[in-house]
Amino acid sequence: MTLTTEETKAQPTLRSHTAPTTRRTGVLPTEGSLLERPPAAAHLSDEDVRRLGAELDAIRDEVIGSRGARDAAYIRRMIKIQKSLEFGGRVALCFSRYKPAWIAGTGMVALGKILDNMEIGHNVLHGQWDWMRDPDIHSTTYEWDFVAPARGWQHTHNDLHHTWTNVLGKDRDVGYNILRVSEDQPWQKRDIANPIVNFALSFVFEWGIASYDLEWDMVKAGYKSREQFNDDLAALKQKAAKMVVKEHIALPAVAMLTGSGRRALGGAVAANAIRNVWAHSVIFCGHFPDGVDYFTEEMIDGETRGDWYVRQMLGSANMSGSPLFHILTGNLSHQIEHHLFPDIPSNHYIKIAPKVRDICRRYGLPYTTGPMGLQLASTWQRICSLALPDDFDRKRPVASLRAAFAR
Amino acid sequence: MGARSFALSAASVFTTPARPQDFLRLVNPLSSARQLRGVVTSVTPECAGSVTIAFRPGHGWQAHEAGQYARIGVEIDGVRQWRSYSLSAPAGQDPAITVTSVGRVSRHLVEHTKVGDIVFLAPPQGDFLLPTGPRPLLMLTAGSGITPVMSMIRTLLPRRADADVVLIHSSRTPEDTLFRSELAMLDADHDGFHVVHRHTGTDGRIDFTTPTDLEQLCPDWRSRKTYVCGPAELLDDATLMWRQHHVEDALSVERFETALLTDASGTGGRVVFEKSDKEADADGSSTTLLEIGEEAGVLMPHGCRMGICRSCLVPLRAGQVKDLRTGEIRSDEGDLIQTCISAPAGPVHLDV
Repeated sequence: MTLTTEETKAQPTLRSHTAPTTRRTGVLPTEGSLLERPPAAAHLSDEDVRRLGAELDAIRDEVIGSRGARDAAYIRRMIKIQKSLEFGGRVALCFSRYKPAWIAGTGMVALGKILDNMEIGHNVLHGQWDWMRDPDIHSTTYEWDFVAPARGWQHTHNDLHHTWTNVLGKDRDVGYNILRVSEDQPWQKRDIANPIVNFALSFVFEWGIASYDLEWDMVKAGYKSREQFNDDLAALKQKAAKMVVKEHIALPAVAMLTGSGRRALGGAVAANAIRNVWAHSVIFCGHFPDGVDYFTEEMIDGETRGDWYVRQMLGSANMSGSPLFHILTGNLSHQIEHHLFPDIPSNHYIKIAPKVRDICRRYGLPYTTGPMGLQLASTWQRICSLALPDDFDRKRPVASLRAAFAR
Repeated sequence: MGARSFALSAASVFTTPARPQDFLRLVNPLSSARQLRGVVTSVTPECAGSVTIAFRPGHGWQAHEAGQYARIGVEIDGVRQWRSYSLSAPAGQDPAITVTSVGRVSRHLVEHTKVGDIVFLAPPQGDFLLPTGPRPLLMLTAGSGITPVMSMIRTLLPRRADADVVLIHSSRTPEDTLFRSELAMLDADHDGFHVVHRHTGTDGRIDFTTPTDLEQLCPDWRSRKTYVCGPAELLDDATLMWRQHHVEDALSVERFETALLTDASGTGGRVVFEKSDKEADADGSSTTLLEIGEEAGVLMPHGCRMGICRSCLVPLRAGQVKDLRTGEIRSDEGDLIQTCISAPAGPVHLDV
């Protein structure tokens, strides 16, 4: 294929900085032994873990070997539906002074954005569709309808979060630096605002992720160069400007022709908010409900391939639901399967989920899942209860809070 | 800026980060901002195992010249595969390729292409072109090597009454001769066109060690501008003979195969694909940079995969690479590397 000028001009994104400790290279060994397995897997022997790893490798190989024309047709159909929703929704918003058009337009744009971010964007940016060699859906060229530029997000998400899933101090997605989501994170005074911060974050989630991807704290700590930060900031500014112009200026301006300018603006804002709340909810249900484990750096010292798989399973949580629900979550409802195999096409997760669940059952490992409502409630309960210090005394709330703030 | 590109950039304000073309594709399957496409308009059987596929290209295609080739991409089992094909249609017309069912991509094209299918295209290229002034011509072709020459003949004969062309075409049997009836018709209609069929199944191959065979088929071969296209042996034999008779300058060769050095170890090394933020270790074998990149999941530009079309060029950022055809080492920063015939010779950084 020939690269177009636009592609050749793409910003170089080589990132030399790494997280505070050394980066992992190459493939994890299949043989070996952890000093101490996490409590939920303490009953497994080295041999058990090796066999479990081999079973999961076999599942992966089977999926990789079966990829083909049907998968290609699947992702193309998703893209077609997504583009139709987005186009139809925006046309409807141009006539949004009629209420049904406003409702239809807002809904379609929101749905289009959800499909773009979840089932298409997230998965394309993981390289799940790279094997097709189609530049329109390749991880190195795709850009999504999300203010966070794709290349920077790939670094914090694919590289850092997926490598160090739920390892405190390494996986920066644990609380996204602003929330307390695990008892293992020491309580700080600001954590009292946990529920409010999380509630506010849900509406502006894409902006939260965009600023999180800049990794300002890493610059301050000296792990990320000021230069890289400036490049990332420039990319974000450029993309954010285009997105704001599209949503809040260009569309309302056209809609003014039918006297629908203000309504169209409202519709665009609402659609973005719906998408943000949905993405936030789905993503928080992946790692923060009850039943999910967190790990320390010592616990992964000497991790084998099998132990890595075990950590992914213990550190993730699924959601049950219909096939349509799975698509709308970008198959992140199969968070466990996604964390085991982040680069296999998302439409395969639903098929391999029973096998993974069976492995968990046979090896006596938890497989955390439930309907979205329950998982969401569990996540919020955790966020609310972790707002309070560990020694909070329910009988003497004011006094124990006063004591905590005095420390 | 033309009206079209102005309209597209205006529309991109409403479609960012997607391109307007991504939406236009809902109604026009040829619309694309990243990859030129064409729609198949006809599939015509030529002889056993060969078909001519004609297609209408989307916006951005430049009309081809007679004798040029283009890279054609098709999806096989969901994966996009590319090969180069000579364009057999007359210059300036919608492109057509004549494909013989050899190799995975060609077999797929012959067996599965239907009218309405989408193929992916790269712009036509190649300098196997007709001379600018009128000259007597000799076309020496074998097998599917006739396809670029067919485009030349179809272009030249209707336009120039003074054309003087001799075509010597080798095929195994009359049944597997491409364009047989059309060539007979052209021979009958045009005084300046003469076709000679050589059926190697019965007559054997043309002997190029002495000019005897050729002198019989075309006595004035030395005074003709000659085009040769076919298997590597034919090209090598012809080149040698023209050189021996000091008429090498009158020969144009179209080569479709390249022999790699038999022992062309690149010695390996770590390859860093900078833009893609990917790395891979290459062993000491002759695995090419293209293969290493594809294995690592990098969207490598690629084309013929044999060092001809130069669509796999990637700038070298640092390190050195070895050309597997010549053994030449290249290490200049910024040099464009043909990744399909180069292997790493030590650590390499590529700008892709």
